[in-house]
Amino acid sequence: MLTQTTSIEAIDGETLINDFSIEVATVNGSGSQTANIVLMRTIFQMGVPVTGKNLFPSNIAGLPTWFQIRANHKGYKARKAGIDLMICMNPETAKEDVAKVKPGTLVIYDEPLKLNALRADLHFCPVPFQKLVTAACPEPKLQKLVKNMIYVGVAAQMIGLDMTEVKAAIAKQLDGKQKAIDLNQGAVQAGYDWAQAEAPRQNRLRIVRDAQTEGQIIIDGNTACALGALFAGVTVVAWYPITPSSSVVENLIDYAKLYRRDPETGRMNIAIVQMEDEIASAGVVVGAGWAGARAMTATSGPGISLMSEFLGLAYFSECPGVFIDVTRMGPSTGLPTRTSQGDVELCAKASHGDTLHLCLYPGNMEECFQFTYQSFDLAERFQTPVFVVSDLDLGMQNWASAPFAYPEGSFDRGKVLGEDELKAVKDWGRYKDVDGDGICQRTLPGTPGGKGAYFNRGTGHNEKALYSERPEDFLATVDRLKKKFLSARAFVPRPIYSGTGVDRGILAYGSSDVAVVEARDLLLEASKTTDYLRVRALPFTDEVEAFLQDHAVVYVVEQNRDAQMTNLLREFYPELSTRIRKVLHYDSTAITAETVVDQINAYER
Amino acid sequence: MTATATAPVPTNKIGLTKQDYVGAKSTLCPGCGHDAITSQIIQAAWEMNLEPHRVAKLSGIGCSSKTPTYFLSQSWGFNSVHGRAAAVCTGAALANRTLLNILISGDGDSMSIGMGQLVHMIRRNVPVVYIIEDNGVYGLTKGQFSATADMGSTLKHGDVNEMAPLDPCTLAMELGCGFVARSFSGNPKQLATILKAALAFDGTAIIDVISPCVTFNNHDGSTRSYKNAKDREMPLQELGFIPYYDAEEVEIGDGEAREVTLPDGSRLTVRAIDKDFDPTDRFAAMKAVHEAHAKGEFLTGILHIKTGKPVLHDYTHTVPEALATIPQAKVKPGPEVLAACMKELM
Repeated sequence: MLTQTTSIEAIDGETLINDFSIEVATVNGSGSQTANIVLMRTIFQMGVPVTGKNLFPSNIAGLPTWFQIRANHKGYKARKAGIDLMICMNPETAKEDVAKVKPGTLVIYDEPLKLNALRADLHFCPVPFQKLVTAACPEPKLQKLVKNMIYVGVAAQMIGLDMTEVKAAIAKQLDGKQKAIDLNQGAVQAGYDWAQAEAPRQNRLRIVRDAQTEGQIIIDGNTACALGALFAGVTVVAWYPITPSSSVVENLIDYAKLYRRDPETGRMNIAIVQMEDEIASAGVVVGAGWAGARAMTATSGPGISLMSEFLGLAYFSECPGVFIDVTRMGPSTGLPTRTSQGDVELCAKASHGDTLHLCLYPGNMEECFQFTYQSFDLAERFQTPVFVVSDLDLGMQNWASAPFAYPEGSFDRGKVLGEDELKAVKDWGRYKDVDGDGICQRTLPGTPGGKGAYFNRGTGHNEKALYSERPEDFLATVDRLKKKFLSARAFVPRPIYSGTGVDRGILAYGSSDVAVVEARDLLLEASKTTDYLRVRALPFTDEVEAFLQDHAVVYVVEQNRDAQMTNLLREFYPELSTRIRKVLHYDSTAITAETVVDQINAYER
Repeated sequence: MTATATAPVPTNKIGLTKQDYVGAKSTLCPGCGHDAITSQIIQAAWEMNLEPHRVAKLSGIGCSSKTPTYFLSQSWGFNSVHGRAAAVCTGAALANRTLLNILISGDGDSMSIGMGQLVHMIRRNVPVVYIIEDNGVYGLTKGQFSATADMGSTLKHGDVNEMAPLDPCTLAMELGCGFVARSFSGNPKQLATILKAALAFDGTAIIDVISPCVTFNNHDGSTRSYKNAKDREMPLQELGFIPYYDAEEVEIGDGEAREVTLPDGSRLTVRAIDKDFDPTDRFAAMKAVHEAHAKGEFLTGILHIKTGKPVLHDYTHTVPEALATIPQAKVKPGPEVLAACMKELM
């Protein structure tokens, strides 16, 4: 016999099927991440496109954290302002959490918080969590963790999730830990059963089975970068832990243990060393690159600041190396757990004097994988540091993605002369531009035969790598480096164009892509057609110039205050820069489509 | 044609002359202690039959760091950034563990900005002969005190150093470094023996060489002048070195000689001159160095040696071949691995 304690009828307004956002407010360190991923994964398993964003504090336990899940049948992946289902589990923030939501929001909350007294324009569902958790889990020390699974069960019942899928998601998330699986599945069922009996019925928010996610994966960008490096044959990894990049190397360590052991001896054919700081990490990458290894590090903005001296050395003495920057919000320590595109200029120019680094800007999970893979080829081809400029939003959030295609083909190890090639070369010089592309021939320490040794130096040098203070030698070196940089235009990922040739253009890069894609549709609904170019690398290729040329107005969308990509565009295309209008988002949250639309509309008013 | 036949130029076991181990002409000040060290590196490398292509020469920034161009011109060199050659060397070692690394640093380079990297290099036991050419001043910037300057030592214009010095040798011993020696550029015989032993060693070998700066720190008030160093140097031992290729039994002689077998099979003999202590006992060595320091002396010789410690490559559990040139087939997993990874994420 079911008893209804409250009498909310079907909630007014439109029915949102597979198109709404859930926010879960919890306390950091309470184990809510597992519960939230189960919630997200269930929607994914039901074939509905979904993204999850964890807004977490720079803290291990005790501070508030929010997890946003957006289900969207059109496949929009950007963060969306406006929550449709709020789950309040954190007494500290509950009042604020309730205050911020729009009228009509459904609020699931812990009964003793008495949130229903705060607003009359919301739909409340109080849940007696303590009572339920005591029944579901007699062991007091596990109750805190299990409590989270109860809200998953309650929400699942209320929005129509398939319990078979919820339980499968738990089993997936807890990977083989049967006792934990049983406990959590029991808790979810308890929440579901309670809701079935006691929760108000609502019809506004529904998840209905679809088939859009079949064959897809859920992954974060840091894991994708780790896989890219694994398949690129990285052999030397030096790193220093820093949020939000640490999981790049942590994932790589896990994969390496499985896939980089010599089958006969069990020894590793990759060396991963946690260094004393980012400076030393960069030093190892430079030394290993010089000695011929595929070497990388992963860090965030503060790490790049520290590495800058070595980056200049690598640039000037032409040592390959891959530097993954998972950008967080700066300046200074800034907001370590919040996203930003604020390292664009830092990466492009890291170090003193005239430096220009190759930068790749992945905009999705497949590109985090592909670009990391490709960065090793580029680093060795161009004998220079290559940046993969990711960010926290890509790197640490959960994204649905098509599975990655296997990168076929051979590594490009660049112009390396071995013993035999050296025999054939008459007058070898480390910095001789024999092919006219600015890329010289290098040799590796340890090459036998008595030829090819040279002295690598950060000081001024001539074609023979000998110390030189002659102005003409210095000029020749730095001009050749610029030429080499520009030669990379034929090798870096080209921009992606989408449009019909109208006079308004949008240019964006990296994690802003998802917001721009959605924003263009919103603008189109208001009869504003735009063309779109997504830049994927520095140096800019011809398409970038053509796009600026072809559009009377170009909105450059980025997540930083100082319009850093615009600044780079101005440097390379000064005569076209008057067409640029800046669309900027830098409050430390991920950009939304509404932000893009609002700012463009403001320009066009 | 003269009637006298030219004497054949002596070659080592791999057929190279000593000339094959020299480098470019030094641009340091005439009489610089560093040049004397360079000469002994050339001597030791020749005697130890080093294959030049297998040697990596690394350095930071400073007068000392310029010297790798002055020896082993057929070896690859890397003059990097101030105080951080240790990391570059670690990277090179990880990339190609078959290289033999010689790192030249100075007191300015290693004991201030480079302190952290030196410490961590020792902790990881990176295989390298790490030579600190120690003159107590910054030469390249014209004579400021370094962190190894003794208390009471003066600059040319009279400024007195009032702070206690840092000692790379006691530091290295504190850290458990397996090879710690001090020498003096004015004691070439001892230096050459120490260098040979270090080249035969398999982990981090720290050699602090007191090397007077003739331009900025060779005056009367300096405790690092040639005269002062000569007066204060106290050689601990008579050192003998029996290289790995000398199969014949060498008579060590009477007395209290100790013998240490080095990882490459060479043998180091250590005969105490004054006070004996066991150089494999680092606490005894640290005590001896501190006591000598209190008396205003500096001990030279092998201060501490301990073979058989795990090195960098033991900690990384890496394969014995060079990672730099490992074939693609071994480091690029196949499509089935990617498929398995994708399945895991579905």
